[in-house]
Amino acid sequence: MIEIRFHGRGGQGTVVASKILADALTREGKYIQAFPEFGVERRGAPVAAYARISDTKIWPRHKIYEPDHIVILDPTLIGAVPLLDGLKPGGWILVNTTRKPSELNFPKEYKVATVDATHIALKYRLGSAASPIVNTAIVGAFARVIPVVKLETLLDAIEEGVPIKPKENRAAAEEAYNSVIMEG
Amino acid sequence: MKRMAIVGNHALSYGALLSRVQVIAAYPITPQTQVVELLSEMCADGTLKAEFVKVESEHSAMAAVMGASASGARAFTATSSQGLALMHEVLHWVTGARLPVVMGNINRAFGPPWSIWTEQTDSLSQRDTGWMQIYAQDNQEVLDSVILAYKVSEQVLLPTMVVLDAFFLSHTSEPVEIPDQEKVDEFLPPYENKYILNPDDPHAFGGLTNPEWYMELRYKIHKAHEQSLDLIEKEGKEFEKMFGRYYGLVDPYKVDDAEIILVAISTAASTARYAVDLLREKGKKVGLLRIRVFRPFPYQKVKDILSNAKKVIVLDRNLSPGAGGIVASEVRGALANVKNHPPVFSYIMGLGGRDITTKHIMELFEEVEKMDEGKDIIWKGVKL
Repeated sequence: MIEIRFHGRGGQGTVVASKILADALTREGKYIQAFPEFGVERRGAPVAAYARISDTKIWPRHKIYEPDHIVILDPTLIGAVPLLDGLKPGGWILVNTTRKPSELNFPKEYKVATVDATHIALKYRLGSAASPIVNTAIVGAFARVIPVVKLETLLDAIEEGVPIKPKENRAAAEEAYNSVIMEG
Repeated sequence: MKRMAIVGNHALSYGALLSRVQVIAAYPITPQTQVVELLSEMCADGTLKAEFVKVESEHSAMAAVMGASASGARAFTATSSQGLALMHEVLHWVTGARLPVVMGNINRAFGPPWSIWTEQTDSLSQRDTGWMQIYAQDNQEVLDSVILAYKVSEQVLLPTMVVLDAFFLSHTSEPVEIPDQEKVDEFLPPYENKYILNPDDPHAFGGLTNPEWYMELRYKIHKAHEQSLDLIEKEGKEFEKMFGRYYGLVDPYKVDDAEIILVAISTAASTARYAVDLLREKGKKVGLLRIRVFRPFPYQKVKDILSNAKKVIVLDRNLSPGAGGIVASEVRGALANVKNHPPVFSYIMGLGGRDITTKHIMELFEEVEKMDEGKDIIWKGVKL
């Protein structure tokens, strides 16, 4: 079983990102639980979402305190929220940022991957210029870094699962998949 | 059959769709809103051929489905917490009128202070209304239980509440097999009731009944519950033949040689199953008894399974202030007439949606291993 925690801000599509992942994994016959931090969301406020992924039925039903990997949808959360809490050594930190993994100074025990999901979202006009929706780009990068699902399955899930701009969201995910930088 | 990732709320909606409900009346409340959102979309686009009645409160929602059921329609509603409390008067009426209404309830703690998070006090405090109550532990069980609820309810003429945890099921996406409509039709025939409101054949229902006859009618309601004990298991087996999944009154796990058995309902039981596996790996003789059907209460099953344990833990994510855990109270009652029954350790935890983790549940087993005499109430994790 792999446990993942997503960190974003209200309005970036963090919850939808975990739902798309749930759909894609389900299409491949795997088991997944995807759920938001249970609360009342506000735009711009830090939010979290969780996913458990397994080849067999998943029994534990509570929040994830010791994730195998984390995904950060907004680089401004670094230093603002205790993102690494409980992260297991050897786990991936996937960050939406313009910077390279080596420039982020995360502890050496973690592997770091970066992708400029904001740039990709803006390029495909996902969300607004002030508030781009980076979720589909970040799940595209996710599929490369943590290979639990085939890219093609994920792209189909995105195309059928997003409320608007299916082709653009698909292209954004594919571009992020191909441009993510992995170190570790 | 189609496998889809859906939230627990939508599992309720799909259960209602596949049961071909004819009338839906509901009022939105967090965390139930998605249930009726999807059903109203299904009604609007013609996927579901049902009358969707908009109402101004939950009291009216229950009154509307009561009227629909009394006129011979298969009726559905869903609510949560304060909404369920507002339905309370009509819940009794639906049972007394012997109407097989099915509803979903998403467990949410009562205010004040306001909370939107899970605990079972809302539905458990409706336990004496005569509704059958099913507590699900995953989204597949939520969907399947709606279909099974109609199947049993319409045979014994009692209403059923399908209950699920706020967020841990209601807002969690996970794979669910959506059964084929033809197979559900084969399993669940259309609702037929001889005693319906019909202007062409007028009868009066529920009029003043003097003390000479009231008790007999209550006796019949109780007998219908007793009859359901067997029927739920029988229909569970029929369901398994068609869909490959079995649901009974209780769901025992590794209890045969267990020295300590933990009793729980809902998603806490799912987490407990994982905890039991981890403790078994360490050589601990522990087991789990998930109670799936709380009304009718499966006294005999509970007695049979728990009698041989050395100790019994009951995990209650609910509270009857002044008494304690509501499930624990039933478990103690079930064991009272068993000679030399095991001591019961009653834990209160996770109120208002506070997380119940695998680690917490492993701690319960470890704590109880060191205790000899049963405890009427133990507060786990309360800040004093």
